[in-house]
Amino acid sequence: MSKKTKKIKCVIWDLDNTLWDGVLVEDEEVTLKSYILDVMQELDHRGILQSISSKNNYEDAMMKLEAFGIKEYFLYPQISWSSKSQAVQEIIRCLNIGADTIAFIDDQHFERDEVKSAVPEVACFDACEVVNLLKKDMFNPDFITKDTMRRREMYQADYKRKKVEDAYQGPHEDFLASLDMHIHIAYARDSDLDRVIELTERTNQLNTTGYTYSYEQLKAMQNSDTHKLLIVGLDDKYGTYGKIGIILIDTRMDRWTLELFIMSCRVMSRGIGTILLNHIMEVAYRSNMALYAKFITTSKNKMMQLTYNLAGFKIFEKKDDYILMHNDFGHIQKMPDYVKLLSELEVYEDDQIRRKHG
Amino acid sequence: MNRDVIRTKIKTFLGKFFGEKGVESLGDDDNFFELGFVNSLFAMQLITFIESEFDVTIDVAELNMDNFNTLHKIVDTIDKKISQR
Repeated sequence: MSKKTKKIKCVIWDLDNTLWDGVLVEDEEVTLKSYILDVMQELDHRGILQSISSKNNYEDAMMKLEAFGIKEYFLYPQISWSSKSQAVQEIIRCLNIGADTIAFIDDQHFERDEVKSAVPEVACFDACEVVNLLKKDMFNPDFITKDTMRRREMYQADYKRKKVEDAYQGPHEDFLASLDMHIHIAYARDSDLDRVIELTERTNQLNTTGYTYSYEQLKAMQNSDTHKLLIVGLDDKYGTYGKIGIILIDTRMDRWTLELFIMSCRVMSRGIGTILLNHIMEVAYRSNMALYAKFITTSKNKMMQLTYNLAGFKIFEKKDDYILMHNDFGHIQKMPDYVKLLSELEVYEDDQIRRKHG
Repeated sequence: MNRDVIRTKIKTFLGKFFGEKGVESLGDDDNFFELGFVNSLFAMQLITFIESEFDVTIDVAELNMDNFNTLHKIVDTIDKKISQR
């Protein structure tokens, strides 16, 4: 596994003399820099999110962005008189992504230093570097999938959900029920493989092993008797979340071993991970298959460890480079009422029958 | 802090998650997996709540549902942690 450069997931723009020429509080007639729109649209197309950190009056700046017709490009814009580093940290919190995937662009040296000192992982650029931004490796995702291009749209739907969620009074379960969630689990098709790679490379928190695979390796596992490669999609009443999870099961040695289990952090508060694990347990149990899982502890995947523990996986054996866990099916929770689950993962015998009869 | 106080606090917390009705009738040894679907988000929030409320530390590795699935067991676990402080 090669260590590649970290790819940027979000660009945070300053406004005055960065996005536009001029200073808004001094001059209402600021003009958008000539190349900005092209850069913004291309970033958007590459699935790189955009936000704002600017010292300005919120209403005035937003009105200006609207007048330029670019308001909808920005998620969680931070426009106030507080420090830029606070703004950057707030955006990181709202998007739930790593600080090392953020680029901050500001024409003022002082502001870049202030951000750097508070959040050293952030990549800072001077406004004059914007013209060359798109050529840089860290702004070039390895591939562009359907989910990549819709990323901003999906985050905007998340924002709507979050507002409703924050305002919701009452038990969390009732809130989840109000979403009308549909989960679908399917064997990965050719058209999914790029998204599988993207998820394995982008997901740090809800990732059990951190394993990554090449397209060829995935292709080999996809139609094999040795592995089951499944991809998970989620929809709710606000729209689609896209493909948000991967399940890779090694079926050799007459047992199921969860090689990889990944959930996008966008669905962290939806309880999807536990639901999927219980589904896998249920199917394994009915197929008379022992169920094991690999786990590699990192500084970021505590939540996943908890998810495995909660589902009843216990440490079975500590290997050199991973922990092998085992599930004795002591407590399989039944599917909660608040989701609908459609799954292609079937009981083993059905699988055999299907193979026989093609 | 006595056990009754701990118990009441945990019950209040569970009520927020599963609704007060179900929790009211929850006995000390009833498995609260019966209250509803228990997901890892709930487990994470339970740990966070216990840690801040009772000033103890719970390691993720310790969070095995066998020590946490009834009121009785949670109170025991917290009680033990407090006495070890």
